[in-house]
Amino acid sequence: MTTITRDDIQKLAGLSNLHLSDDEILSLQGDLKAVLQYVEQLDQLNTEDVQPAYQVTGLQNIVRDDTVAEDNVNRETLLALAPDTKDNQIKVPKVL
Amino acid sequence: MPTISYYLGRSAQSNVEEALQAAKNASDYNALLHLTEERAVKRAAMVDAGEISGRLAGVPFVVKDNFLAFDGPTTAASKILQNFNAPVQATVVEKLEAEGAICIGKANLDSFAHGSSTENSAFGVTKNAVDPTRVAGGSSGGSAVAVKLGIVPFSLGTDTGGSIRQPASFNGVVGVKPTYGMTSRYGVVSMASSTDVMGCFALTAEDAELVVEIMAGQDSRDMTTLPDYFAPEAAKAPMKIGVIRDFMTEGTDEGVRARVDDYMKQLEAKGHIVEEVSLPMAKYSLAMYYIVVPAEIASNLARYDGVRYGVRAEGTTTIEELYGKSREQGFGAESKRRILIGNYVLSSGFFDAYYQKAQKARQLLINEFNELFSSYDILISPVVPTTAFGIGENTDDPMKMYLSDAMTVGVSMAGLPALSVPAGESNGMPVGVQLIANAQKDALLFDLAKSMETKQ
Repeated sequence: MTTITRDDIQKLAGLSNLHLSDDEILSLQGDLKAVLQYVEQLDQLNTEDVQPAYQVTGLQNIVRDDTVAEDNVNRETLLALAPDTKDNQIKVPKVL
Repeated sequence: MPTISYYLGRSAQSNVEEALQAAKNASDYNALLHLTEERAVKRAAMVDAGEISGRLAGVPFVVKDNFLAFDGPTTAASKILQNFNAPVQATVVEKLEAEGAICIGKANLDSFAHGSSTENSAFGVTKNAVDPTRVAGGSSGGSAVAVKLGIVPFSLGTDTGGSIRQPASFNGVVGVKPTYGMTSRYGVVSMASSTDVMGCFALTAEDAELVVEIMAGQDSRDMTTLPDYFAPEAAKAPMKIGVIRDFMTEGTDEGVRARVDDYMKQLEAKGHIVEEVSLPMAKYSLAMYYIVVPAEIASNLARYDGVRYGVRAEGTTTIEELYGKSREQGFGAESKRRILIGNYVLSSGFFDAYYQKAQKARQLLINEFNELFSSYDILISPVVPTTAFGIGENTDDPMKMYLSDAMTVGVSMAGLPALSVPAGESNGMPVGVQLIANAQKDALLFDLAKSMETKQ
């Protein structure tokens, strides 16, 4: 039986770069437990010697020519999408 | 309700005006988040002036608001993208525009396509087109409702685990989920990259086939697209059709089973061979889906951090705080739930037990489908165990909501093509039948669905 503690949720939230309120932590604790209990039915399956599927197309190593791709999106358009810019750069709070 | 042929050869400007008016008249349903009126009117004038032509010249459509498109924001019905103006358009939108189709608006969805009812939108619930006290289904709920209400003859949606097929069933329209890799994912907000598929809604299988034929094709911008293969085929009869017994048990509403039974009888009357088949792995498909898909969601949603685009939380002093609070404010409850589940199953110590196990189970499911398709052309089942449920009925219990996808997620895990086709009603609400074919056999599904439509 999987147990999910408050600490587990906080650790996961940290890994996910996601700030959560106390109420959210509480409800997510219950939700995660319910989902994990449900998916544990896969333990009934014998998967010895089975290769994981990962993808369904069978395509492998699709590459393109090593040339500059034509694109209509310029630097100004992309910078205009950023919430804060300065001197043609995206501005963020102090990192270090 | 006018199909695509009604719009062809008419004035594109009248088509667009009428569609925009119909959209405004139906605003109570909250099917559309915004109208791309300026661009639509301009393009209509160009079609009428003969500057744009093609197989869909002057035909209005809407796209789910997770398709990048010009004129107004592409929000994915999320707060974090509420002001995001796409710098490019999705490949499939470009392809439809190249054939003269005119996008008139963006349809509501569960935020980031996380949901089965369009109740998780940051911009309000979409109401069912047949009974507005019930859900539209989801996550492509707005797209399904827009077609059923006759606002447009077709619309685009995305289907990761049933998000086209289920709302098609709930609203009584045709929904197409092509083979994984048939349509380009470029320019569509990613949810789960190994099962995300771009498809459409229409009133008839014939219309849906035309739209999908235009959407299909390899795209150098999406490396998971398959080499071009889709071409409509001439009807092939009799086909050998397997009804998936595992989905016709007491867990499925009697009224839904009755409509599937009727459909089977009609198939037999047309000379097809219909037999019961078993798919024992079906009962595990939802469990594998709710490991693999949240894992991919957690990864895909890592890009929304309030730095390069989207909404940034105010008043933060460190980069960690900026990430954490922007994401807290920008994501809805269901997205947060899936991010956490995903990062849990991917974290060290649990990876083998959950993620790896699910991917192995996925292979077992694929093996069973392969086995069935060595003997059968098409498989059929209900799309959903029920008709559309009431608004608010399932919102308190995520597991209950997830169970409404039990019959569609397996097809997604295996990358197979499927249609949801209207098959009558149960207690006044639409019921859909799911037609499933082997990978790249999409054309067979349209053949069968078209032949069934001409009968009715």
